[in-house]
Amino acid sequence: MTYRVYLRYEVLRNFRNWRFLFLTLAFPLVLYLLIGSVNRHVQFEHVAFPVYFMTAMATLGTMAAVISGCAIIATERATGWTRQMRITPLPAWTYFRAKVAVGYLRALLTLVLLALAGTAFGVRLPAQGWLTVLGLFLVGLIPFAVLGILLGHLIGADAAALATGGIVTLFALLGGVYGFQVATSGPVLAIIKALPSYWLVQAGKTALGGHDWPAEGWIVIAAWTVVLVPLAVRVYRRDTSRV
Amino acid sequence: MATTNAAGAGIVLSRLSKSYGNVRAVRSVDLAIAPGETVAILGPNGAGKTTTIEMVLGLTRPDSGTVTLFGKSPAQAVAAGAVGGMLQTGALLEYLSVRELVTMVASVYPRPLPVEHAMRLAGVTEFAERRTNKLSGGQTQRVRFAIALVSNPDLFMLDEPTAAVDVEGRREFWASIRAVAAEGKTVIFATHYLEEADAYADRIVLMARGRIVADGPATEIKAKVSGRIIRATIPLADPAGPADTAALAALPGVTNAERHGEAVILTCADSDLTLRALLSRFPAARDIEVAGAGIEEAFMALTADDNDDELEKVR
Repeated sequence: MTYRVYLRYEVLRNFRNWRFLFLTLAFPLVLYLLIGSVNRHVQFEHVAFPVYFMTAMATLGTMAAVISGCAIIATERATGWTRQMRITPLPAWTYFRAKVAVGYLRALLTLVLLALAGTAFGVRLPAQGWLTVLGLFLVGLIPFAVLGILLGHLIGADAAALATGGIVTLFALLGGVYGFQVATSGPVLAIIKALPSYWLVQAGKTALGGHDWPAEGWIVIAAWTVVLVPLAVRVYRRDTSRV
Repeated sequence: MATTNAAGAGIVLSRLSKSYGNVRAVRSVDLAIAPGETVAILGPNGAGKTTTIEMVLGLTRPDSGTVTLFGKSPAQAVAAGAVGGMLQTGALLEYLSVRELVTMVASVYPRPLPVEHAMRLAGVTEFAERRTNKLSGGQTQRVRFAIALVSNPDLFMLDEPTAAVDVEGRREFWASIRAVAAEGKTVIFATHYLEEADAYADRIVLMARGRIVADGPATEIKAKVSGRIIRATIPLADPAGPADTAALAALPGVTNAERHGEAVILTCADSDLTLRALLSRFPAARDIEVAGAGIEEAFMALTADDNDDELEKVR
């Protein structure tokens, strides 16, 4: 079985929740349009501000887009629907696949909107550059998508929105999304370089003429994924009691 | 009661127990249900019906004991699509129409019924295009029933399936349940209505305080719980002989006898017969009251021998 019908309705119902979708997409886009338009001709770290800020908002927006799925999962649990599905033969793997697909679709829309806004501000990248950034983002978001599922099954619906904001902000701050590094050397830098958000920022920098990830980047993303996936699966399997 | 001859074929619960803190929700329940049976689990609130059902479905892990469904563990049976049902609580998934939701659930089962057919059986066709968050309580319950039907499982587990459903809806619901039972499906439903259990189940399993207190054909259980209660005062030193519980229980028509000091409580299947025998055997009996036993009282009477249970604590 391919579960195409299940996946289709999972996507459909998430995209019909237009308030949620609108807020997810609007937040990075509005920030970009507001701050980007004021600083259109400013140079920042030797690049045009609109280019730099597009990658920053892409990092922030896509992280939020995939993690925020936890709020939807928490709501499904609170209403009891999750338990109803647990007495069906829906495999855990398909459930995860559907949740990740929805998060990625939100992230892709975020990227497309930011790319369009960036183009409007005069950002020009070769096709190769766009594709590299896109590819690295898709890989770098995996740990955040899994984290969203994990949190969704751990915390209540009311805490989920708060947790999303807090975690995204923390990862963004430490990863260097806001244009400065918390540390440039020593053990703190080592910790920062072990965060997936740092590598999302680096992915964004390939658009600024940087390079593809070194091996370290791939290892960090792989390690977070390898740790988070079994945790999320375990939490999901246990999460069958009344909420 | 623990007949395991149906093991491998039907549903077998063996020494199943579950506690929540100090509350022993289910205590060492043994039950064997053959494929094709329609069984009512009858009991007052807090009897352990829902906890038992959730352990059968694999949603709650038992502290001890085992459940097998058609020879498999609950998880295996669920993965094989052998189980479908209605849980006691639970809203529907939002942002979908009724038809879309039923289709979505059908798509994850290996042998679903046609969606239109299940919706017709459950009586949801009229509002099939409506969003799931725009339904009344009764309509929501019907949609949940449509979901159980479309799954086309071997075992239907229905936890208080007619809660919030009007009289008309109930009739239609039970007609559909009879239809699936006639196809050889196993149906287990929890209820606290004796009439419902009596009318629609082949067999009634009576639960109270986490235990099965009676198990048998519906007619037999009905007689047991729908009897009357005689209350009387009989002096401890009755000249006619000791009116101890054994002597009282031996009176004709008595299903259960209880004594608290001079106060005597008799649960009777035939109170007229008992009353005549009581007065001739114990002429000193006074303050006699005969009352129709409500289901709660009948449960209490049937479990009177474990009055000390409330003192039991989980260690």
